[in-house]
Amino acid sequence: MWAFINKLRSPKWFYAISERLLPWFWVAAAALILVGSVWGLAFAPADYQQGNSFRIIYVHVPAAFLAQSIFVSMAVCGLVYMVWKIKVADMVAAMMAPLGAAMTFISLFSGAVWGVPTWGTWWMWDARLTSMLILFFLYLGVIALRGAFASRDSASRAASVLAMVGVINIPIIKYSVDWWYTLHQPATFTVTGRVGMPMEMWVPLLIMVLGFYSFFIAVTLMRTRSEILRRESNKRWVRDLAGGER
Amino acid sequence: MSVSAGEGKMPSADTRMNGSDSKRDNGDRQVTAGEPRGGLTVAVWATLKRDLTLLMRRRSEVLNPLVFFALVITLFPIGISPDPELLATIAPGLLWVAALLAALLSLDSLFRGDYEDGSLEQLLLTPQPLPMLGLAKVAVHWLLTGLPLALMAPVLGIMLALPAGSYLILAFSLALGTASLSLIGAIGAALTVGLSRGGVLLSLLVLPLYIPVLIFGAGAVQAAIMGDGAAAHLAILGALLALSLMLAPWAIAASLRISING
Repeated sequence: MWAFINKLRSPKWFYAISERLLPWFWVAAAALILVGSVWGLAFAPADYQQGNSFRIIYVHVPAAFLAQSIFVSMAVCGLVYMVWKIKVADMVAAMMAPLGAAMTFISLFSGAVWGVPTWGTWWMWDARLTSMLILFFLYLGVIALRGAFASRDSASRAASVLAMVGVINIPIIKYSVDWWYTLHQPATFTVTGRVGMPMEMWVPLLIMVLGFYSFFIAVTLMRTRSEILRRESNKRWVRDLAGGER
Repeated sequence: MSVSAGEGKMPSADTRMNGSDSKRDNGDRQVTAGEPRGGLTVAVWATLKRDLTLLMRRRSEVLNPLVFFALVITLFPIGISPDPELLATIAPGLLWVAALLAALLSLDSLFRGDYEDGSLEQLLLTPQPLPMLGLAKVAVHWLLTGLPLALMAPVLGIMLALPAGSYLILAFSLALGTASLSLIGAIGAALTVGLSRGGVLLSLLVLPLYIPVLIFGAGAVQAAIMGDGAAAHLAILGALLALSLMLAPWAIAASLRISING
């Protein structure tokens, strides 16, 4: 166990192992997203109430899933970095943040587009949209804080603390927004067709979610690899690598 | 340790007379001088008193958020409409948002002065736990920002034609809520104190975290107007305060260490 954790500390080891893992995740991401989107967009039956417009769910829901789980994994990486001083954890967290913000934006945007046929408007202060918007601001805060420090070490630690504070707050924000929404219930119907979803709609959604996750892992691994090279550029193994490839 | 203060005035004679003994005495005395006088309560009390004195001597810093609060509230009838009925419906939210922004405005100076004159470093060096000392500073901030804002809010409520029966709840919910706001905001203030232009960043970090407090604070006033009873909202505000009292001091201490150490 300790040997494994010690190995995790080393960027070199991470670089080596990620090289072997990366192709698998790329292949999985490409295959799953391709199968999921073709199945979801072309073969899944149309919704009896929303028609074909419900198909945006195949982008909206995976993006929303990722938006939330990236924040949580960012906070976990922050905790690992603060407790065990594992630099790779911080690099992973730093590389995840823009992707998480992008996923939050995609889910917000697709939610807005979906709002046009269902609600008749681009934006509604729907509970889910509102908490997504707040999550988006939380992401922006973490990214901005990391960018504001001159020293990389304090930037990393500050971003870790903020991610942890944010992750404690996310459930509180979520439940209070839900409460607020039920108090101010507007007179339109909400999208509640997701619970009793038939199998033919649900399976492609699951495939898409898995595909998005593989995509996220692949992108994060790739970005972390280049970040390792950047941060460790004065280490001997990186120089050897650069010299060997030249 | 039998050497009294009177004898200590001429140590050179002592040292020559019995070398080994007084050496140990000297060592002991240094240790006692380095030890904190009094425990945690003394340190917390001293921090409280020091911050209160400092702020009371810079009255403008205490008054500015209040003036800002009044000004923002003045802007709304001008910008929207002077119609009392319309104002009454939006008054709870307006008062809460304006108070929240006023509290946010004062956050930047929470640690800034201490950071610039170096006393924050001294605070970090004290043997007492930093979370408690940070908590003392936050308590002073609330006492001179949150509490006055809460006391002032009913007056502005009258100007916004806030329906009768909700004034007490407004003040109480603000007093309870601004305590959480001070605690959460202090984390952001501690994270940005080392940055030269931390002001805008601070609001970006802190405002999303303020939303639950805003929801239940404004909700309490809203419920009091509707006659639903605001107890549930106030209870949740209290729960939020308990949670932030428990967790925020640790985050504040960690953030201060990050800002000071580099």
